[in-house]
Amino acid sequence: MTDFTMRVDQNKYLPAGGEEVHAIVTVEASGPIERAPTVEAAEIIIVDTSGSMSYDKIAEARKAARAAIDTLRDGVYFAVVAGNHEAQIIFPDRAGLVPATPESRNAAREAVSRLVAEGGTAMGRWLRRAADLFSDYQQAYPGAIKHAILLTDGKNEHERAPEFAANLAYCTGKFVCDCRGVGVDWVVAELRQIASTLLGSVMDIRRPEDLEADFRAMTQAAMGKTVADVALRLWTPRAAKLNFVKQVSPTLEDLTGRRTEVDALTGDYPTGAWGGESREYHINVRVPAGNVGQEMRAGLVRLVLPESGEVLAKGNILAQWSDDPVQSTRINPRVAHYTGQQELASLIQEGLQARTDGDLDTATARLGKARGIAEKAGNEETAKLLDKVIEVDPDTGTARLRRDVDKADEIALDTRSVRTVRMRKDPEA
Amino acid sequence: MVSGACPACGALVLVGEAFCEQCGHALGVAGCTACGAPAVGADGYCENCGMLQPSERDHVEIELEVAAGVSDRGLRHSRNEDAMALTAVGTAADTMAVGVVCDGVSTSLRPEEASQTAADTAVAALAQQLGEGADPETATREAVRLAAEAVFALAEQDEDAPACTYVSAVAGGRQVTVGWVGDSRAYWLGSGSEVLTGDDATPGTHMLTAWLGADAGEVVPHIRTFTPDGPGVVLLCSDGLWNYHSDPAALAAVALNATPRAAAQRLVRLALEAGGHDNITVLVIPFGPGDQSEATAVFPKEQS
Repeated sequence: MTDFTMRVDQNKYLPAGGEEVHAIVTVEASGPIERAPTVEAAEIIIVDTSGSMSYDKIAEARKAARAAIDTLRDGVYFAVVAGNHEAQIIFPDRAGLVPATPESRNAAREAVSRLVAEGGTAMGRWLRRAADLFSDYQQAYPGAIKHAILLTDGKNEHERAPEFAANLAYCTGKFVCDCRGVGVDWVVAELRQIASTLLGSVMDIRRPEDLEADFRAMTQAAMGKTVADVALRLWTPRAAKLNFVKQVSPTLEDLTGRRTEVDALTGDYPTGAWGGESREYHINVRVPAGNVGQEMRAGLVRLVLPESGEVLAKGNILAQWSDDPVQSTRINPRVAHYTGQQELASLIQEGLQARTDGDLDTATARLGKARGIAEKAGNEETAKLLDKVIEVDPDTGTARLRRDVDKADEIALDTRSVRTVRMRKDPEA
Repeated sequence: MVSGACPACGALVLVGEAFCEQCGHALGVAGCTACGAPAVGADGYCENCGMLQPSERDHVEIELEVAAGVSDRGLRHSRNEDAMALTAVGTAADTMAVGVVCDGVSTSLRPEEASQTAADTAVAALAQQLGEGADPETATREAVRLAAEAVFALAEQDEDAPACTYVSAVAGGRQVTVGWVGDSRAYWLGSGSEVLTGDDATPGTHMLTAWLGADAGEVVPHIRTFTPDGPGVVLLCSDGLWNYHSDPAALAAVALNATPRAAAQRLVRLALEAGGHDNITVLVIPFGPGDQSEATAVFPKEQS
């Protein structure tokens, strides 16, 4: 069984009259080193087969899908969905998911090799088809890991926004979906919306030939998950206002709006499936000020299995009022670090949007500032990507937008803006 | 969480008692002291408003025939990390008062456990040693050794070891024996009031140079035996008192001419009125050679 630990980093001391409590909650799950062969799991591979996938992209997508199929461990239930303006289950050829065996893998590989690129793009319909497959499976195997991979190369053109939204809402909570965009014609915001809703990741795949390795790695990661449907359960005092709950590592994800009420003071936030990994959350609560010397529990954080109510780990967020400014003015380094990471992501996203909108002053200011933060905080990959979009004079510090920017670099910068780095030096370690 | 009357029979019930000693009425858990909700969790936080509830240690008073002590959280700390213990050894005709005050080091983990463990261990060791006929200095040395061991044992791996100070007094016969580690103090208040201890701290600061704890190295207590030349009071206190009032004569003016309990209450109130920035613990042990039954110590001048 996976062991969970939780740690809360914060400066609990508030000045007299202080109300804002910030804490970083680190959750670590020590999964098995090997794969988790005892855990029930299902995997659906969704491949974009729209017309734009022609030539090398569809060829590499076939290879990638085969790599994913090969990486499934025996007994994992799976299917392959081909998506264009419709969704077609190309494997298995009968209803429902089938367990992976040497024979079923061969049959699936065979089906994948017959994929052809034609038609439009309607990702919501692909996902809905996957959700139905998972729902049937869920009946027989409650508590199993349900994971999908979605690959696309284009914009969601053949599905109106309301239908897409409805399809996405239909899928919410039914499975976790990691999304991959290949090439430069897909829209980061669309895949981010899917991945956010379905608690997965988004990555840009610049070259089609990189798909195969990525699919293998993604499937391996999915096979390493051991606990499905974990929730972060947060209690806050009656008079408190919960400002936000955000995942801040490994990626930024605002969970505030994802609350399911448990009781008047408690809500659950979905975190999806866990393997051996560590994630961090930034919680901000506003509490009514207490007297100097008083201590308050501003939040009780528990990691739970909502179905059974089993508590996997828990921690306290505290507030204590102090008239010692040395205590109350100290900023917890981890809170500071992740506050900076959130600012960095916002600057990049706003800067890129301004650039697209032709507001070059704003774009230059935002991206230039982002470059400085990236350097200081240790976001080396982000700094490198920013350098492809903006030039900063090392002597004067003056920033200037580059004239010719590779679209793939812009997509990479946008996609990866939500990936955070951990603190360089852990003062607690 | 204050002493009061049992709601069933009216008998006096004391702080921290779960049942009335007189009639057995379950006194029950009161509501939250901040919002009144009847929802205080086992960990001490209100499940409605989140406030940490006052603990039994926030204000403690001990009164024996021979001495009394008061320990208070103060006004600025969220819990009381001081601890005290008091007992009497010997027969009615030949009683020795034994007191211990320990102050948990705030920068260590679980300092309140360290101080309580040290005080409890030391007072038990002193009582046993003295009861077996050991001289006060030997008994004090043994008590410090056992208290240091007990605090050492509280440390867990990968954390700052729990730590505390120590001061004890054995008052009986014609002599007073004090032992200390750290910056908690013993005073003689009476004829020729003086500080009996010397702080183990960098002068002018609160940086301790000695303490009880797993990270303290070998603990060597200071021990001093003192023969008063008249009646008076032995005062043991944490720095929560002497930070505000350290002058022996000024302390004597407050502590003398009162019952031990009243004297201890006055001294604590004095520190609270001065700001109460730290926990405050005060033990008052009257000392009157040849007249142990006299619980009220008076100025020698007034006696003459």
